[in-house]
Amino acid sequence: MAAQNFKHALFSAVVTLIISYPILGFNLVSEGISVQLEGADTFTLVGVFAAAVVVFLFQLFRDTIMGGLGKLPALNPMANRPPMPQRKRLKVESVLLTLMLIGALFWPFIASRGAVDLATLVLIYIMLALGLNVVVGLAGLLDLGYVAFYAVGAYSFALLSQYFGISFWFALPIGALLAALFGLVLGFPVLRLRGDYLAIVTLGFGEIIRILLNNMTNLTGGPNGIGGIPDPTLFGMEFGRRVKEEGNTSFHETFGIAYAGEHKVIFLYLIALVLAVITALVIRRLMRMPVGRAWEALREDEIAAKSLGLSRTAVKLSAFTIGAFFAGFAGTVFASKQGFISPESFVFLESAIILAIVVLGGMGSQMGVILAAIAVTILPELAREFSEYRMLIFGAAMVLMMVWRPQGLLPMRRIHIELKPQG
Amino acid sequence: MLEVKDLSMRFGGLLAVDQVSLDVKEHEIVAIIGPNGAGKTTVFNCMSGFYKPTGGKIVFEGQEIQGKPDYKISRLGLVRTFQHVRLFSKMTVVENLLVAQHRHLNTNLLSGILNTPNYREKERKSLDRAAYWLDRVGLTDMANREAGNLAYGQQRRLEIARCMVTEPKLLMLDEPAAGLNPAETKELNQLIISLKEDYNVSVVLIEHDMSLVMDISDRINVINQGRPLASGTPDEIRRNDDVIKAYLGEA
Ligand SMILES: Nc1ncnc2c1ncn2[C@@H]1O[C@H](COP(=O)(O)OP(=O)(O)O)[C@@H](O)[C@H]1O
Ligand SMILES: [Mg+2]
Repeated sequence: MAAQNFKHALFSAVVTLIISYPILGFNLVSEGISVQLEGADTFTLVGVFAAAVVVFLFQLFRDTIMGGLGKLPALNPMANRPPMPQRKRLKVESVLLTLMLIGALFWPFIASRGAVDLATLVLIYIMLALGLNVVVGLAGLLDLGYVAFYAVGAYSFALLSQYFGISFWFALPIGALLAALFGLVLGFPVLRLRGDYLAIVTLGFGEIIRILLNNMTNLTGGPNGIGGIPDPTLFGMEFGRRVKEEGNTSFHETFGIAYAGEHKVIFLYLIALVLAVITALVIRRLMRMPVGRAWEALREDEIAAKSLGLSRTAVKLSAFTIGAFFAGFAGTVFASKQGFISPESFVFLESAIILAIVVLGGMGSQMGVILAAIAVTILPELAREFSEYRMLIFGAAMVLMMVWRPQGLLPMRRIHIELKPQG
Repeated sequence: MLEVKDLSMRFGGLLAVDQVSLDVKEHEIVAIIGPNGAGKTTVFNCMSGFYKPTGGKIVFEGQEIQGKPDYKISRLGLVRTFQHVRLFSKMTVVENLLVAQHRHLNTNLLSGILNTPNYREKERKSLDRAAYWLDRVGLTDMANREAGNLAYGQQRRLEIARCMVTEPKLLMLDEPAAGLNPAETKELNQLIISLKEDYNVSVVLIEHDMSLVMDISDRINVINQGRPLASGTPDEIRRNDDVIKAYLGEA
């Protein structure tokens, strides 16, 4: 056993060296037109060897280390508490949510412009994560191309406004419905696949959409993107300094207040807030409806569900489509917030981040997803100095999470429908 | 109402079901018996659309259904239970019954999201139907428990109730008495008879418990190693020499 561990550890260390030495240990230096290979400085070399030693030691004592990690869940004070009864839990949850909502409503008026802008982004991620949660958490479909529907929503608004001058409020439902349509059409062939295959194919679809947007230069402007996307208006009132569209009035003139850039930012934030709340409420409702139960039933026992007449394709497709719908929603808001979009905004990394939010939050749980969205979007902003290591920290957090609390921060506890005693 | 003609099912080199025929009339309880591995469950799997039979025909109410997708067959009113109980174990007992009624609740999404009176009325009706069947199988006290926490016999009854709320025409039960104690078997016995008498469903039943089979079946089909061995009334089967040799003799 020990000998085997030693052999394995030695092997891992050598592999580490073989991989990292050529990559980090040499530098290409260009002198004039010729390129020369130079050894890296001693610091890097020491680093490479230190890494190999760390890998060696870790592999040598892996059993002990992982055994120690395995004890981590026991340190979690909440682990063994019996769950609250449903009624009490619902009360606590609704009180908390109401407080959060009230806070969120008034907060932008005291916060800085940058903070409100960031909060709008958080709300967009909350919408995205709640939508993806339907697909991954509730219906159990691993979708790695979710960002495609986000892109469809954003580009629908950008193109509609560019070519037809359609305003935000009309584009919002259109963008969401178009994204849903995409979900329906893409989902139909894809949902026959299971598990890993589904993940790979959705990943592919996500990339295809992005590459299409990149290459249909005539329509989408390709990598240059689309700019000049209008801001939302409030009953025909614009938030810019000058009115751009004929027939509109301007917000600050109507109310006789001085123009301030913050108005627009706060207005967008409030729109995002309202839409995020609507998203959360609608999905909450769906979970208690027959579709929601069908998602869960199919996830729990597919054979039994089919034997009761549930069509796998129809049920899974409904989740996929509804998820896409909310991504389209979020995309429209995003386009309006940025004023400019390009395929750059819809890379695979976005799908990965949204998925990470869902997994961190606890699959299927809304409260968890909201908290995780806040954490994942804001923490990197707070720790800008570490931004180079963002992905590293992200990965480490995911691994720790899987060991410590695989069910997510706040695992889902669904609201059960209760049968009241008769009479 | 149901006619199975020369049904065959081959798995690679194994002919698990070989030319089995079977018919079920309205208001009838038909049993399939045979030793383990005889191919009984496979016949059920073909009838319920889980397998596409390699030969033969299955006609239900004048419609050929062999090879149709499982969920469509179930919607025609041909619903089954499983040899190894398959409940949605993380859902509550009453939710198990609600899932099964998705077609009665087939309203559009919007009316559900807006919680319209029409939607609420439908949901109340399906809760009532669930409550009725829970009472019928004696599980009312368990309604809000997780289905996975029920005792084995209760799970078996819940599975039958879950079929019944879909309002089937023909119920297929795969070894419903397996694992039940004698008292529970007796209750089951009465339940199955009442399904036929009071709710007008026909029943096809796979069962090893001979006393149950002989008691409640109108007709019995015996299969052995995938092939039909005999069929007839319980009395005829009891007296059939082949059956005694192949099956009852062993037991
Ligand atoms: N999916 C399958 N693939 C291969 N062989 C199967 C499959 N299902 C059943 N069989 C075989 O068919 C035969 C009949 O099985 P089954 O119908 O379960 O018998 P019974 O229900 O009468 O005990 C067995 O030999 C079994 O191994
Ligand atoms: Mg069997």
